[in-house]
Amino acid sequence: MAVKDFIRERFFPHLWCPGCGHGMTLNAMLHAFDELNIPPCSLVMVSGIGCSARISGYVNVHTMHTLHGRALAFATGIKLARPDLHVVVPMGDGDATAIGGNHFIHAARRNIDITAILMNNRIYGMTGGQYSPMSGRGIKATTAPYGNIDRDFDAVKLAEGAGATFVARTTTFHVRELTALIKKAIQHKGFSVVEVMSQCPTYFGRKNHMGNAVDMLNMFRENTAPLGSDALAAHPSLTPRGVFVDRDEPEYCESYESIIQKAQG
Amino acid sequence: MKSGEYFVQGNEACVRGALYAGLKFFAGYPITPSTEMAELLSEKLPQCGGHFVQMEDELASMCAIIGASVTGNKAMTATSGPGFSLMQEALGYAVMAEIPCVVASVQRGGPSTGLATKVAQGDVNQARWGTHGEHSIIALTASSVQDVFFMTVEAFNMAETYRTPVILLFDEVIGHMREKLTVPEEGQIPVVSRLRTSVRQGVNYHPYLPREDGRLPMSDFGGVHRYNVTGLYHDIWGFPTEKPEAVERLLYHLVEKIETKSDEIARFKEYYMDDAKLVFISYGSSARSALHLVTTLRGKGIRAGLLELQTLWPFPANLVRSRAEQARHVYVVEMNMGQVCAQVRQAVARPDDVFLINRVDGQLITPTDIGRVMRVVEGRAF
Repeated sequence: MAVKDFIRERFFPHLWCPGCGHGMTLNAMLHAFDELNIPPCSLVMVSGIGCSARISGYVNVHTMHTLHGRALAFATGIKLARPDLHVVVPMGDGDATAIGGNHFIHAARRNIDITAILMNNRIYGMTGGQYSPMSGRGIKATTAPYGNIDRDFDAVKLAEGAGATFVARTTTFHVRELTALIKKAIQHKGFSVVEVMSQCPTYFGRKNHMGNAVDMLNMFRENTAPLGSDALAAHPSLTPRGVFVDRDEPEYCESYESIIQKAQG
Repeated sequence: MKSGEYFVQGNEACVRGALYAGLKFFAGYPITPSTEMAELLSEKLPQCGGHFVQMEDELASMCAIIGASVTGNKAMTATSGPGFSLMQEALGYAVMAEIPCVVASVQRGGPSTGLATKVAQGDVNQARWGTHGEHSIIALTASSVQDVFFMTVEAFNMAETYRTPVILLFDEVIGHMREKLTVPEEGQIPVVSRLRTSVRQGVNYHPYLPREDGRLPMSDFGGVHRYNVTGLYHDIWGFPTEKPEAVERLLYHLVEKIETKSDEIARFKEYYMDDAKLVFISYGSSARSALHLVTTLRGKGIRAGLLELQTLWPFPANLVRSRAEQARHVYVVEMNMGQVCAQVRQAVARPDDVFLINRVDGQLITPTDIGRVMRVVEGRAF
């Protein structure tokens, strides 16, 4: 296999804006699939609605482009019916933490073996730049012309609190780290979440005077630091990157197999 | 699925019918008066290697059964009005993506939380038009525990045949009523398996290219063909398209694959209809009361008959028109404000001769209720 075997070339060029972070995340995902040697026929990608959700269309595996926020619910049906398949769910911040917040916390609580890649660009891009639950206070958006008063979620803490057994965060600046974390997340048995801080220069960047895509990527480099690093100890206001949670707990599909054995016993 | 005789509720008959039809996956959320189905399936499904999951809500339940269905498993959920409302979004997805699945909705009083434990038949139009956009749908119902079993098997068969979600629209009385159920031997009534593609690995498979007969052979997720499924308008590969001709072609396909088959989808029962001048049309538990009255009238030499509808959608207009031709009056008996009655009036040649006899107070309509209205219309006592 090569990376290009995982893409549907005839659907390119993709629909994302110049400078968007989603293509970088797609690239990291494809490298992760390739490096893990996953047979494409055993890989299912389920996505919801939004810019991030369009990733599934470009990947040449079993792909399902579903409803806003509900990708994890569809994915739960697929995974439980076919536990042998790898199920990866690319999500946006609106998808995962607004309309799909309930599905997100319950998938985490069940610890079902699904990998959620949460592309957090802090804005609703597809509909033209409205604030999301990840935008944070003071942010300008097309529905927050006077500045946003909504507090934001910390997706890592949300996933951890809901019971996800693998939780990591990185940014689109740190592409090799991103590939490595996606690989770890897929290999993890249980519900895994990788938050990818991603740039939307078209709406979030423009509305909040953050410059172009390169400027936004540089901000990810400057404003984040690895967990356990000296930089983070010296500057606690930096956003930590790395693996926050990685622990073994009973996986949902495996637990259900024991139910089947009990019922048939 | 053991054959034999049982004394069970309608809800249990639905479960047994589903298992007879090959159900392998159930996702649901507890709601009165359908909860017994979830309880029973949590016990029965793992016994036959299937999967049961109680999801976080009805939105997720409907999504999960669609996910399970694309892996090649027969899947269903069960609910009632409020939950059915939440399922409408994903129901539309199943319509658009043509994913076979079955939704049992046991009707209670609405709107909103309404009457959680009381009977109603107010969701007939919700089954038809609850999800947004132009589309078609199949909805079946039943008036006895035995027929709940048969209609459930039919629902799974039609879901596979037409690649569509099928609604089982029962009501609280039928769901909770106990009667004798005879479960037939395996193979005694036909069970339709999923139509899978014969296209081999390495050859282009077009998941959304209908055959000449309009059917679309499927390929399971996890199988050799990798393709896209979406709720957007899509081309023969399952990829989003906005091309006007492709959009129009798909919408016509979705509607016509069901509407042009409405005669063969029509399931019904007839009682004393050969020479009936007073034709009663009913369904679900109301049909039992209507039959009681019709039988009493026949005992008095009055030419009354009952057409019991088991297919509600697509509405069997040809059937209703033909049966109403010889009637002096048509009485539609239902527990709502005339949802099926409106369809009957559209179908018949003389809509002014169609009368609604209803009850909407959470109580089962009785033969006395029906007789009282009929006497007023007929202008005499019987």
